[in-house]
Amino acid sequence: MIEAQRYVLHVNGQPHEVGDAWIGESLLYVLRERLGMLGSKGACEQGECGSCSVMVDGELVCSCLVLAASAVGQEVITIEGIAAIGSPTDVQRAFVECGAVQCGFCTPGLIMAAHALLERTPQPTDSEIREELSGNICRCTGYGRIIEAVQRVAAARTDPQ
Amino acid sequence: MSVLISTTLAEALDALAAEPASMVLAGGTDAMVEVNSGRRRPVSVIAVGRIPELRTWTHDAESATLRIGAGVTYAELETEPFLHWVPALSQAARTVGSPQIRHAATLGGNVATCSPAGDGLPVLSALDAIVHLVSRSGSRSIPFSEFMTGPKRTALLPGELIEAVSMPVLTGWQGYAKVGVRNAMVISNAGACLAVDEAGGVRLALGSVGPTIIRCTDAEAFAASVVDGTTRSVSDSDANEFGRMAGAASRPIDDHRSTAEYRRHAIAVLAHRLLRRAFPND
Repeated sequence: MIEAQRYVLHVNGQPHEVGDAWIGESLLYVLRERLGMLGSKGACEQGECGSCSVMVDGELVCSCLVLAASAVGQEVITIEGIAAIGSPTDVQRAFVECGAVQCGFCTPGLIMAAHALLERTPQPTDSEIREELSGNICRCTGYGRIIEAVQRVAAARTDPQ
Repeated sequence: MSVLISTTLAEALDALAAEPASMVLAGGTDAMVEVNSGRRRPVSVIAVGRIPELRTWTHDAESATLRIGAGVTYAELETEPFLHWVPALSQAARTVGSPQIRHAATLGGNVATCSPAGDGLPVLSALDAIVHLVSRSGSRSIPFSEFMTGPKRTALLPGELIEAVSMPVLTGWQGYAKVGVRNAMVISNAGACLAVDEAGGVRLALGSVGPTIIRCTDAEAFAASVVDGTTRSVSDSDANEFGRMAGAASRPIDDHRSTAEYRRHAIAVLAHRLLRRAFPND
């Protein structure tokens, strides 16, 4: 039983103490406002836009719909935990190279979703990409370049040069 | 203020008996929307998402019955073995939200919220599913049709949790179809489940077009009289009439997502289409 508003979350392999929190706070709120991790974005706060996507115990979820205090004892991976600054992942590089980043607001969520997709389906078809990324809204790109970026990673992982 | 991350059903039931007003949290995909918007301010929370008993399912081959724990997620329901046993439920699961939502959202949560637009619910209605409830003082099982008493209203009593939902494994065709503004991430404007039972009877249940899920008993009786028992086929005019009767059975309203007129039309199209899929003329 977590009686008080003090608990420990495991984020990106490190324990983080959360203090002085209201019990109803979402994981997204705690990540951004209490732990200073601003990579996950908040927009709709109702699970429709995907910009707050993180992994909780290996599953891609919307952090705005996770009660932070209920994630005690679970492993949370955010965009900050995907790669060190200056060493982008293949997915991040492909997004940049393909022009899949414009305003950038949706990008952290899409990077998380693209990594999850490629873990599960290493060689996705365009329809599979569209279905798997359907929970991530992008208002800039029209999605074509995002799909191209995912396909580029899939091809490179199969046939590394 | 407290949050209990329960790891056994007994622990959760004890906590709920002690504080019946606690917010029961499963996947959080409905509950947290209410909390984030300020419509709900929980003072105590019982998280049930990590209770192993709720995350399992059992299949009884002898009675051809599937019992699905309330904590089974939509991501799980999309895939085998559910796809084989209850394909309409898998189809409905795949239309729920996005992968992010389906990883968290549970069948029990869908039943607990009991929105007329809940995608799993027309399937439970068409299959005559049973909802299993449990509290510290005992357990009871009631038909889904009696569990859902209105829009987001249920027969759940204080201190009770939804433990599981059971349904028959039918061998006839079954399917779910819905209409919304996108193919993904959309709340149903009209939805329908059609299932053919062991006696060859057609069952049809409608979502998003009334205060509860609606079973179309008139259209079902009509189908029983027009489906050819030998060829398992149905004429175009009879399929049209089946759709019209389904539309007539709906009780839709105008709201911010659609109009009553459009919803009634959509139901007629969906019912016709599902009947044709069940009995293709070829």
